[in-house]
Amino acid sequence: MNVLIYTLLTLWALMVLFPFYWMVLTSVKSYSAYNSEYIPQMFTLSPTLENYLEAFTVVPLARYFVNTLIFTVATTAIMMAVTVLAAYAFARLNFRGKNAAFVVFLSLMMIPSELVVITNYVTITNLDLRNTFLGLILPSVTSVFYIYLLKENFEQVPDDLYYAAKVDGTSDLKYLFKVMIPICKPTIVTIAILKVIECWNSYVWPRLVTDDENYFLVSNGIQAIRESGFGRENIPAMMAAVVSISVPLIVLFLIFRQKIMAGVARGGTKG
Amino acid sequence: MKIVLQNLTKRFPSRGKGNREDVVAVKDFSFEIPDGKLIGLLGPSGCGKSTTLNLLCGLQKPTSGRIFFGEDDVTDLPAEKRGVGFVFQSYALYPHLTVLQNILFPLENLKGKDKLSKEVMREKACEAARLVQIDELLDRKPSELSGGQQQRVAIARALVKMPRVLLLDEPLSNLDARLRLQTREEIRRIQRETKITTVFVTHDQEEAMSISDMIVVMKSGVIQQIGKPQEVYDNPVNLFVARFLGTPPINVFSGRIDGGRLMIGEDTVLDVPGTESQDVWIGVRPEGFVPNENGPLHCDFSGIEVMGRDISVVSTHRCCENAAIRAIISADSKVNTQDQTVRFSLKPGKVFVFDKETEARIPLEQA
Amino acid sequence: MEKQSAKGWLYLLPAILFLGVFMVYPLIDVFIYSFEEGYNSASQTYYGVGLYNYSYVLRDPYFLQALKNTFILVIVTVPLSTGFALLISVALSSIRPLRNLYQTIYFLPYVTNTLAVGLVFMILFKKTPYSDGLANLVISWFGGEAIDFIDGPYWAKMFVLCLYTIWVVMPFKILILTSALASVDETYYNAARVDGTSKWRTFIRITLPMISPTVFYLIITGFIGAFKAYSDAVALFGTDLNAAGMNTIVGYVYDMLYGNSGGYPSYASAAAIILFTVVLTITCVNLLVSKKHVHYS
Repeated sequence: MNVLIYTLLTLWALMVLFPFYWMVLTSVKSYSAYNSEYIPQMFTLSPTLENYLEAFTVVPLARYFVNTLIFTVATTAIMMAVTVLAAYAFARLNFRGKNAAFVVFLSLMMIPSELVVITNYVTITNLDLRNTFLGLILPSVTSVFYIYLLKENFEQVPDDLYYAAKVDGTSDLKYLFKVMIPICKPTIVTIAILKVIECWNSYVWPRLVTDDENYFLVSNGIQAIRESGFGRENIPAMMAAVVSISVPLIVLFLIFRQKIMAGVARGGTKG
Repeated sequence: MKIVLQNLTKRFPSRGKGNREDVVAVKDFSFEIPDGKLIGLLGPSGCGKSTTLNLLCGLQKPTSGRIFFGEDDVTDLPAEKRGVGFVFQSYALYPHLTVLQNILFPLENLKGKDKLSKEVMREKACEAARLVQIDELLDRKPSELSGGQQQRVAIARALVKMPRVLLLDEPLSNLDARLRLQTREEIRRIQRETKITTVFVTHDQEEAMSISDMIVVMKSGVIQQIGKPQEVYDNPVNLFVARFLGTPPINVFSGRIDGGRLMIGEDTVLDVPGTESQDVWIGVRPEGFVPNENGPLHCDFSGIEVMGRDISVVSTHRCCENAAIRAIISADSKVNTQDQTVRFSLKPGKVFVFDKETEARIPLEQA
Repeated sequence: MEKQSAKGWLYLLPAILFLGVFMVYPLIDVFIYSFEEGYNSASQTYYGVGLYNYSYVLRDPYFLQALKNTFILVIVTVPLSTGFALLISVALSSIRPLRNLYQTIYFLPYVTNTLAVGLVFMILFKKTPYSDGLANLVISWFGGEAIDFIDGPYWAKMFVLCLYTIWVVMPFKILILTSALASVDETYYNAARVDGTSKWRTFIRITLPMISPTVFYLIITGFIGAFKAYSDAVALFGTDLNAAGMNTIVGYVYDMLYGNSGGYPSYASAAAIILFTVVLTITCVNLLVSKKHVHYS
């Protein structure tokens, strides 16, 4: 029985790992060696890094990286600010119309992004924001779900802390930064990491609003490489590019493995 | 069904790094449970009583030793083949099934020649439900029941397959005080009616004493004493057992035997001729004190707690290990508390003397 | 705690601005677009109001192809990935050694770029003049004929798309299911064991009902996710999905908006609303079915 279980698990592990192995393997095969293999070889005895050199010189891969980094950091930062403020308002402040506003927010969670992308595309085009970072970032900032997640977490902070701080004359903003955020740091970090993953892999929106490769993100870059880069047939160089853009997130994942998995189990969706 | 345990030992490998010793949860257990009795396994938490129960039911395998149900050696049988009923501390009622479905569950597992028809199963389930008086609740889900009702369903589920042995793990710990009293009588009644040999685990000595035919007092995986509750109470084999049984707890003094006299401080409380002179622990049951103006034991009076039928005289003594001495006396006794001192004489049958080192009981030859 | 009204709304203001401009307004707008006939994106004018856009989309062979592709994708991948993830998770929960390692490996696809790994899948399955590719090598071991999975017959392309989709959605499902399985109190299993319940029956009668809300959640999100499939297909077949005959509904929406056949936000809106209606209907049906079969504690 145990043998059967381990066989099954190992088989699936190989299924998962194989594409990764194959992309690394192909990326270190030389162009000529790769093209002369009619039957694909499962390993190589003469690994080379020339493909990586080519990936970063022939195609502006470094540019894509920097773009993605700017996009990811800016989007995540703005989103965190917006999310924290809104979650705090819902969790801690009392104001007229709060419940109604929250219901509206909740119902927005059901709206698929595919439905609103059309108008956003038109809006950004009309504002002349195509091929700008602003155009990339602004519509990607909102996330109702994360506001909801953080609000739930904020509400678990005991009310007494707030009243104690009020008695001591602490302002709301200071209380938010000195008490709420430190206490809820795990959730905040989780949300940030999930957003970073989302940004790093985002493809649809960047594709719509950029056609100048100076503003391509890695996903669009990969697609462009696939369609036209390296003269189409230089698969090893393509794979070198693929490895390069996959590594940062895999490293991030291996470092924050527990946090990411716990975070996704709690609040992630994909599929 | 008679249960026999022979030299039962259970070790758990130690956790963590280094060559630390294994944890011995149960050490060299041997005893015999007569057929049809209700047995209480009693001890503080971590004493190995739950492990013993798990060994009996087969959820854990002993490191060494044998277990017999009647004449059958069941040591190597897995839990499902032993024919035991088990009531878990948390009841473990399946939340998605109704009461009836929960009770039917064990019956539906029967296969081959034991397989029952739907009607027979239902009949048996209803019978079990009637026994524990929950036949009104068959269509409810466990979440719709009170704690006491859930407990009954769990018992019915354990009984429905007519187990050879019924095991209960801390059956009353999840109930509030009033329900606890009621439910323990209920367990007693059910056990009497079914005559199934029943073993239950508890850390509450009162619970064990009140319903058991026999109690087994355990400490750190070792049996301290086995016997009828009253016998164990009246004749504890060591200081641990004496301390563990009885509310309020026994009063323990540091004293000595000197030339055939039992001494607490400067007071000679009893004559014990023929007993070797040595330092000892002296245990006095709360009901062993008799207020006596000329009594030998001088205590510093603190106050009186009224309990209705009885009163409790609270005092202190520099040799006493307890924070306060509690003497239970009937409410109409007179207590003279001159100069903040209260004097007692002691009932010899309520005084136990223990070795200072081994804490084993020292038999006394009383004058 | 009175008089905080202004402050409360001030804290909410950024969120309201962003959501208003990029979510609420577009939501209303998309309905308006979908009813504006003959909308011209250059002059931003239209002829009239009606259902023409819907009827156009519903008669467009590309849309029908996309609809068919999406439905096949949904019907194949949702049950397969959920069932297989359940199998893997149960296996994973029954072992101790190496469990963390397996869990880490299984999660990897979640954090990798769909486009990037899709490219690897394409290479594995593509048949070129120079090489039949690795997939065909494996097929040849079993004596099969080489097939081009990327530019070849429809079923082959669909096979790769389904395979890749399953590969991509598995991490999430395995993660959620293993944590659901871990949260089932072990006492229930002990109780079942004492009562002599077989492993299979324990799984069917106890484990499955206990985790049924999770399984059901995965089925619903799986349906929604698969209906919105797009980038997996782009990764495998390139951006011109209509030419490859492998477009999805979402792909159709984007193509109507942008690219070679683009510039028709009205058609795009109509298609998006049709998609949304389909998803909503299926989710409602799912919810109704679940009422009968799911145990919520």
